[in-house]
Amino acid sequence: MSVTTAPTPATSPETHHEATGLWSWITTVDHKRIGIMYFVTSLFFLGVGGIEALIIRLQLFSPENQLISAQLYNQLFTMHGTTMIFLVAMPQAVAFFNYIVPLQIGARDVAFPRLNALSYWIYLFGAIYLNVSWFVGAAPNTSWVGYANLTSTQFSPGLNVDFWVLGLSILGVSSIMGGVNFITTIINLRAPGMKLMRMPLFTWMTFVTSFLLVTALPVIAVALILLAFDRFFATNFFVASAGGDPVLWQHLFWIFGHPEVYILVLPAFGVISDVIPAFSRKPLFGYPVVVYAGVLIGFIGWGVWSHHMFTSGLGPIADSFFVASTMIIAIPTGVKIFNWMATMWGGALRFTTAMMFAVGLVALFTVGGLSGIMHSSAPVDLQQHDSYFVVAHFHYVIVGGILLGMFSGVYYWFPKVTGRLLSEKLGKLHFWTTIIGFNLTFFPMHFSGMYGMPRRTWTYQAELNVEIYNQLSTVGAFFLGASTLLLLWNIWKSLKSGEKAGHNPWGAPTLEWSIPSPPHHYNFPELPEVRSREPLWHDDEKAAIEAVTLKEPVTEPEMPNPSFWPIIVALGTTVTWALVMTGKWWAPLLGLAFTAVGIYGWAFEDPFKKKAAH
Amino acid sequence: MAEAAAVAHDDHHYTSTGLNSWKVGFWTFIGSECLFFGTLLSTYMVYKGAALQGPYPGDVFDIPLTTVSTFVLLMSSLAMVLALDGVQRANKKLTLFWLGVVIVFGAIFLGFQYYEFNHFVHEGLTLQQSVFGSTFFVLTGFHGAHVTVGVIWMISLFVMALRGKLPPEKALNVEIAGLYWHFVDIVWIVIFVLVYLIP
Repeated sequence: MSVTTAPTPATSPETHHEATGLWSWITTVDHKRIGIMYFVTSLFFLGVGGIEALIIRLQLFSPENQLISAQLYNQLFTMHGTTMIFLVAMPQAVAFFNYIVPLQIGARDVAFPRLNALSYWIYLFGAIYLNVSWFVGAAPNTSWVGYANLTSTQFSPGLNVDFWVLGLSILGVSSIMGGVNFITTIINLRAPGMKLMRMPLFTWMTFVTSFLLVTALPVIAVALILLAFDRFFATNFFVASAGGDPVLWQHLFWIFGHPEVYILVLPAFGVISDVIPAFSRKPLFGYPVVVYAGVLIGFIGWGVWSHHMFTSGLGPIADSFFVASTMIIAIPTGVKIFNWMATMWGGALRFTTAMMFAVGLVALFTVGGLSGIMHSSAPVDLQQHDSYFVVAHFHYVIVGGILLGMFSGVYYWFPKVTGRLLSEKLGKLHFWTTIIGFNLTFFPMHFSGMYGMPRRTWTYQAELNVEIYNQLSTVGAFFLGASTLLLLWNIWKSLKSGEKAGHNPWGAPTLEWSIPSPPHHYNFPELPEVRSREPLWHDDEKAAIEAVTLKEPVTEPEMPNPSFWPIIVALGTTVTWALVMTGKWWAPLLGLAFTAVGIYGWAFEDPFKKKAAH
Repeated sequence: MAEAAAVAHDDHHYTSTGLNSWKVGFWTFIGSECLFFGTLLSTYMVYKGAALQGPYPGDVFDIPLTTVSTFVLLMSSLAMVLALDGVQRANKKLTLFWLGVVIVFGAIFLGFQYYEFNHFVHEGLTLQQSVFGSTFFVLTGFHGAHVTVGVIWMISLFVMALRGKLPPEKALNVEIAGLYWHFVDIVWIVIFVLVYLIP
């Protein structure tokens, strides 16, 4: 790859600098800043959810341990699951959507910049609201699936479930708006020549995930609304004695919950589908097949939900259907695994940290996938249901799949975001400690599960003979926790004194690597014209694109103004939901009125209005 | 390159499909709303006939009355189309008249719903009475809330038109409000058929 005949990257444009300071971040509508805010917030909650997990592991270190109460244990595992899924995994993916997708398709921002800011603020306020429950001593305690009728006022009279049901409703609003935004962005804001089948895989998976977000989240929204009505207005949706059916909750929850699994994992698949070709110096093997496999997963993901409910007694016909559909969905997933391996086959492999995490995903996700195929079979599942075997399975999928994918993305795109490389030495240490800690934590759970250790149970008897596995898991969990500190240290060190990255440190093929690192706030001085899937791997195309993307613009492109209305509307939305807690039907209307003021202010604000100063 | 330069020049309006982004985004939102009402309707259907105590649907529904309110709501969709036409032709009088009709018809529909809810409660069907009460009031209540939002939106457009702030270039504002209004209408048709007409 002959390096650059293009002009040198522009450093700092003299015209208008992007504003700095706290207010500029509060009012920002720049997708890159919003992406950074998503990332930092989700990293913070990774710490919170991690600490919750470590306390759980300490409690399980020895049989009949009395370290914490059973009540606190319930709150910890509920909040661990809820936090990791809704406050860490989803927003971390959205952080990458925000920062990377517009750059990959050659856009200056997302389609609705202010709506994007609103999504972030609602996520932040919803997350805070959910965690306020700790400080009033009433954290949610009915597990992240919140099965009826445990969540009824009869069995959960406190504020715990109130926080959960209202907190998740708030977060759902944020996700739906994010989905609408990214679907529109990807459909409408692609640079000239960026056809759908030329889009990088990460953008493709964002596209599929966004469709899942706008379709799956309304289902859980309704389920949560029904539960909220049951709790606050004494309706009968899940009250068996009045003709309601608690199993309906399970259906609604998992009709959302299984697409949610793919909402979590497809972005990680997208990340490594970009990382593996970049470090194999080969185009992705079977690009269209990988795309179609992702789309197919998105579709079939809607038809497998009841495999979470084999023990609810749905009957053999329903069970058989869901066994079959669950086994079928393994096929497109397997296709992707083979495509990644075929991409590496015969490639000029470079084992950077990003690449190692990507390969780690392929290996460890496959382990989780295999145990998944085991309990796709209803009779097998009846043995494994609600045991630690299942806990091992989904942690291999979520940590081994999603978290490793996200780490891969961090090492890959960090130079684009900050202009500096992360330390490879620390990175590799981080990788190996993560792999060791992860396997030490979760592999023994297969055994403790097989020996009959149930999930969500405060402690266990010595006679169960699972003490050694639990001790291994606990040691591994602390190892894993410590390894994450290495990442933070690496980020800190690199921000202060990391090696300068240049605009394309990896020699990667996609459009985001054609602009300076970090990018200007307008991303592209002019929109580049794309002619292939790997535009920066064809010398003539690369030269043509970089002539446009690296040059100093004569006049800077006009970008939307900052706006404080998103944070106002987000505040109003959160307050509206929180006021439902009062149980007075009119109380939320106050919050609604506040929100309405925000919406009118927003609607009549001209985002492109010239400021007096210019 | 020439194409790219031309594009950069006019970047607020450039989209890769030529479709307006607000329209694409709003259609996506409507797709999401379909799942929202779909789930509420499914809940109603799952619980059909599961009420353990009366009043039952047959005891309270007044189909001729609801047919009238359904007709009024459907006619408001026609008015919506004509209002958009008025904006596109820069005809302020027509715009105001038809937007006014949408608002009044929407309000009449809400009035019917208010009367119906009141009447049902008098007959003993409350939100808490049975799963029929719970599912019926929550489903139709959320639809009513959507109509209310629509009416407020239409009033806002009416005021804009009155002040002359709704020129033909802003017809898209009315078109998107119209998408919402027609969607809410169609949801009602489904509710009317599944909840009221099927015994």
